[in-house]
Amino acid sequence: MVKKLGMCVATMFVSLLLTFFVIEIMPGDPVDTLAQEYVRTQNLIYEVAYQKAKNALNYDPTIPVSERFINYTIGALTGDLGQSMSFKQSVNTIVLGALPWTLLVCTLSLSLAFTIGVLLGIYIAWKRSKPLDTILTIAQSIFGAIPDYIVGYLFIILFAVHLGWFPARGSYSSSVVPAFSVEFILSVLWHCILPVFTVFITTVTGWIISMKAMALSVLGEDYIHYAKARGISQKRILITYVGRNSILPMITSVAISFGFMFGGSPLIENLFVYPGIGYYLGQAINRRDYPLMQGMFLMIIMMVLIAGLVAEFLYAKLNPRLREE
Amino acid sequence: MANCKVFFSVIWSNKMSRVGLIILTFFIMLAIFGPIVVEAPKASYGERLELPSMEHWLGTDYAGRDILAQFIVGSRSVLLVAVYTAIFSIIFACSIGILAGFIGGRVDDILSIFMNIVITMPSFPVMMVLSMIIRVDNSLVFGLILSLWSWAGLAKAIRSQILIIKHKDFIEASVVMGISTFNIITKDIIPNIISFIAVNFISIMKGAIISSVGLMVLGLVPFQGNHWGMMLQMAMSQSGLIVGGIGGIIYFMTPLCGLLFFQLGCYLFASGIDEALNPRLR
Repeated sequence: MVKKLGMCVATMFVSLLLTFFVIEIMPGDPVDTLAQEYVRTQNLIYEVAYQKAKNALNYDPTIPVSERFINYTIGALTGDLGQSMSFKQSVNTIVLGALPWTLLVCTLSLSLAFTIGVLLGIYIAWKRSKPLDTILTIAQSIFGAIPDYIVGYLFIILFAVHLGWFPARGSYSSSVVPAFSVEFILSVLWHCILPVFTVFITTVTGWIISMKAMALSVLGEDYIHYAKARGISQKRILITYVGRNSILPMITSVAISFGFMFGGSPLIENLFVYPGIGYYLGQAINRRDYPLMQGMFLMIIMMVLIAGLVAEFLYAKLNPRLREE
Repeated sequence: MANCKVFFSVIWSNKMSRVGLIILTFFIMLAIFGPIVVEAPKASYGERLELPSMEHWLGTDYAGRDILAQFIVGSRSVLLVAVYTAIFSIIFACSIGILAGFIGGRVDDILSIFMNIVITMPSFPVMMVLSMIIRVDNSLVFGLILSLWSWAGLAKAIRSQILIIKHKDFIEASVVMGISTFNIITKDIIPNIISFIAVNFISIMKGAIISSVGLMVLGLVPFQGNHWGMMLQMAMSQSGLIVGGIGGIIYFMTPLCGLLFFQLGCYLFASGIDEALNPRLR
C-alpha cells in the first residue's frame, strides 16, 4: 500500500512536470497575453496588469526555472489553480462545477455495463449457449472497431435529430432552474441518456466477455462438480459458488476502468457538449487557456489515481485469501 | 524464406486471419498505389455537394472535391500515421523493456517506476496536452506524438517475458560462453518474443488510428491533407450531415467504412498471427 501511494505521488509529480513543461515551452508569453487583455478590458497600467496576470496564472517568467517549478507545484498542491483566461472564473470553480457531470455519466454507464455484463456473462457461461456466443463475438468485433465517439455521433443523428426522442447537447434544459427538484433531476437524467447509452453500448461486450471467461474457469473447478454431486440447487451454485468467485477479480477492473473512462471523457463530452471535465479540457486546449488546461488535466490524473487506490483496497478487502494475513 | 512460407500458410489456414490478411493487403495496396494512380482532388466550388454520378462515383464534398479520390489519397496518411506509431512504440518498448528485464537491479527499478507512471496516466488527455506544444504537420511527427504514450504496456509485458526467458538454460549457456550482451539480446531473446511483438504491432496500429482520428475530430491537429479523420471532422462539421441528405451521409460513411474495415482486418489478422508465429500453439 505504501508502495502504491509512492507511485501515486510520483505520477502526480510527472503530471505536474508535464503541464509545467507545456506552459514553459509554449510559444509566446502567457502572462503578457493576459496582461494585454487586462489593459484592454479593465483600463489598467501595463505594469499593474502584468503583476495581476502573474498572480492569476501563478507563473512568473522573471525568476529561474527551478524556482518557478517549485512555486508552481506549491500552488497546485495547495489547491490554487489560478484564474481561467477564457472563462473569467477561478479554475477551482470550473473544476468543481464540471466534476459532478463527468462522475454522473461515468457512474451510470459503468454500473449499467457492469451489471448487465456480469449477468449475461454468467448466463452464457452457464448455458454454454452457442448462438449467444456467436452474437457476442460479432458484437465485440463491431464495437471493437467503431470508436465510441462515432457511435455517439450516430446516436445523435438517429435519436436526437431524426427521431427527436432525446436532447443532443447540454446537461439539462435551459428552462429548468438547477435546484433539488423533481423537474431538474428528470431533465438531468433525460439529457444524460444518450452519453450514458453510448458509453454503455461500447463497453458492455467487454464486460460480458471477461465475465464469461471468469465464470467458465470457475465452472471447471472441482468444488463446483462436488457441489453438484451433493445435490445443491442450481440457483445456489450459480449465485454463491460461481457468482461470488468470478465477480471478485472483476471488482478491481471496475475501479480501474472508472479511471480509464475519465481519460476517455474528452471525446464523448465534446460530442454531446456535456459540461464535464473532458469537455473543458478540450475547450481549454483549443483556446490556449493554460490554467484551465492544467486544472482539468490534473483532475483527470487524480481521478485515475484514486480509482487505482480504491481498486487495490477493494481487492485486499474482498479477497479472503488476502484477508487472512 | 521457408519460415515465411510456413508463416503465410498458417495464416491462410485460419479462416479469421485469412480474411484479415486479405483486408490488410487491400488497404496496403490502396495506400501504396492509390495516390500514384489517383491525383489529389482539387476544390471546385461549381460542383459542391453533388450526388454520386459517373464522373464522381461517390459524389463531392462541401468544396466540390471528389470523395472517392479523397478517400484513396487519404489512405496513405492514415496508414503511415498508424505504422509510424507502431514502429516508434515498438522501438521504445523493446529498448526499455529489454534493458529493464535483462540488466535488472537498480536500472530495472527506475525503469519500472517510469513504465508504471506512463501506464497510469491516461494516454488520450496526455496526447491532447502534447498537441498544444508540438505542431503536427506531417505523418512522422503525428506518429511520434501518438507513440510517446502508447509503449509502456508493451514494455512492461516484454520485461516480464524477458524475466521468464532469462533463466532458461540456453541463455545462461550463452552468458557462460562469453557471448556479448548485444548478441544475446538480438540472437537469443528477440526471436523468442517476436510473435508477441507482432501481435502488439497490430494492436498499437489499431489504437493509433482511433486516437489519431479522435484528435482530429476534436480539432486539435492542424494536419492538412486527406486523412480520413479530417474527412470525418469535415463531414460532421461542414456538410450539414445532421439535417440529412444522401450526399452528407455518403461523405460521412466513406471514411467511416474505411476505418471500420481496417480495424476489422487488424483484429482478424492479429488473432491468427499469434498462432502462426508461436510454434507451441500450433
